[in-house]
Amino acid sequence: MSILEGLRLAVNGLLSNRLRSALTMLGILIGVSAVILLVGVGNGATIAVQQQIQSLGSNLLTVFPSNARGAGGVQQGFGTGAIPSAGGRAQLTYGNQNWNSSLTGTTQDFPSVRNYQMASGQFFSSGDVDASSKVAVIGPTVATNLFSGADPIGQVMKINRQNFRIVGVFAPKGSSGGFNNQDDVVVVPITSAWSYLLGGRGRNVQQIYVEATSAEATAAANTEVTQVLLDRHHISDPTLADFQILSQQDVLNSAASTTGVLTLMLGAIAGISLVVGGIGIMNIMLVTVTERTREIGIRKAIGARRQDILLQFLIESMFLSGLGGALGILIGFGLARVLPLVVSTLPTPIISTPSVFLAFGISVGIGLFFGLYPANRAARLRPIEALRYE
Amino acid sequence: MITLEGVTKIYHAGEVEVPALKGLSLHIPEGEFVAIMGPSGSGKSTLMNLIGCLDQPSSGRYILDGYDVSALSDDQLAWIRNRKIGFVFQSFNLIPRASAVHNVEMPLIYAGDNQQRRERAMAALESVGILDRASHLPNELSGGQQQRVAVARALVTDPAILLADEPTGNLDSESSLEIMKMLRDLNRQGRTIVLITHEADIASFASRVVRLRDGVIVSDQRQSVATEMVQ
Repeated sequence: MSILEGLRLAVNGLLSNRLRSALTMLGILIGVSAVILLVGVGNGATIAVQQQIQSLGSNLLTVFPSNARGAGGVQQGFGTGAIPSAGGRAQLTYGNQNWNSSLTGTTQDFPSVRNYQMASGQFFSSGDVDASSKVAVIGPTVATNLFSGADPIGQVMKINRQNFRIVGVFAPKGSSGGFNNQDDVVVVPITSAWSYLLGGRGRNVQQIYVEATSAEATAAANTEVTQVLLDRHHISDPTLADFQILSQQDVLNSAASTTGVLTLMLGAIAGISLVVGGIGIMNIMLVTVTERTREIGIRKAIGARRQDILLQFLIESMFLSGLGGALGILIGFGLARVLPLVVSTLPTPIISTPSVFLAFGISVGIGLFFGLYPANRAARLRPIEALRYE
Repeated sequence: MITLEGVTKIYHAGEVEVPALKGLSLHIPEGEFVAIMGPSGSGKSTLMNLIGCLDQPSSGRYILDGYDVSALSDDQLAWIRNRKIGFVFQSFNLIPRASAVHNVEMPLIYAGDNQQRRERAMAALESVGILDRASHLPNELSGGQQQRVAVARALVTDPAILLADEPTGNLDSESSLEIMKMLRDLNRQGRTIVLITHEADIASFASRVVRLRDGVIVSDQRQSVATEMVQ
């Protein structure tokens, strides 16, 4: 018996029991569309997180101390591509307005290293850093909340009860929400932060931001920074280094592994519904085989071999699940388009071509796996008993 | 054509052994029309299953057209049924969802014989006189028409023997007569036919009558062939 003949038999068999076939197919359809949609949402979330991280500057290295040391001469080591940073939370007051924001003490090269643009005013200068000037640059979120539309440039606000004059406002970076709002910041010269705001904690640097010349050069920059810092700290064994370097790539990788787990979990949940659908197929195929016992007997009497009967029922179950899978892919696609329009907080699902082929392959495989037992049962029926079956 | 030598068949009903055939020997040469008769429980259904290669004897030998059937595997038996035997059953046993012509094609499909399959099926339908019903489903046909389709299906592979198990059991007397005349004509064209029946008037169409009782042959007679049904 040819495959084509088997397909004809399968279609014929499925059409003879339309409602039952459709309901059985629905099980696989729901499973496959759930896999397509949920894995798509997982992928979408991964991409969204990656974009957010990359907006920090993809060629950025961050050096954290393993134990605190003086920051002396950071610039001498790296030139303008490296800036020290120290900070914490700060309470900002202007008039009767209050706002709690993230305080960063740093040097004049902060905007270029951290990829910030100015919306108005200027960033503070090296003179301000040398003189410990009480000047500050604020992010757009702070400007909105503290000044509610008025021009903050030249105004004096209080940072932790110290008067600071606002010299500039950052342009929005766009990636608000998420774990770290880059628009809700206040930036002051690091010397001023040491002198007036981080009292009692000494002249410590919490982080050094290093900007590599390009994203590709981050690995080389990483090596270079490590070498310079080891030399300056007089450490000969790299395993004893008193600092850690985190590149954006590291952050990306750890975020990717987190969202990867998320995608896997979503896929697994959807996969369970596929298995349930497969059991539905097995159930219906067992009923079908019992119903058609007599037909099987007739076919065997006129010369069907075991493999002919096996093939007939396997093709039937694979056709059922394959068709359900194909429809499920279409519906998954449709939902992936429509759902973000309805639920705005959902990350835009991204459906990859391999996942579509995989879903289809798995659905056909489920038909094969769950069809095997019923088909085998049919193939092993003894012709005289099958013929006698009423 | 058919040779049975000392064939026995024992069924196991739990612990009890039930002998259905007790050392039966029978030879049916090519071109014969044999009726096998006997009351229920005489073993004629068992004999029909053995001759039809649907079952295998517990002991003894069965040679069909030169093949020793008692030693064959399941798939080899399927091949023998496909090529050597044409079945006509009491309850027609057509596949309900398939059209008449598709039912007739089916043995050719399993034979893997795709050459002019449709044409050969149509020719078989024509030979039993219901070519005009080729595209009908079995439930759209009368009992007599269904049995004709079944005869066409039995003939399409040009088998060595035609095995008819109570072929008129579900038919009215008019259709019965038509089917029996058809079998008689097929025999006259040289076809070997084995007919299982418990009705004497049906058996009267055969040229030889073998009577079974309690698993053994009690009589084996030749007779002149009837032309009309004895009512």
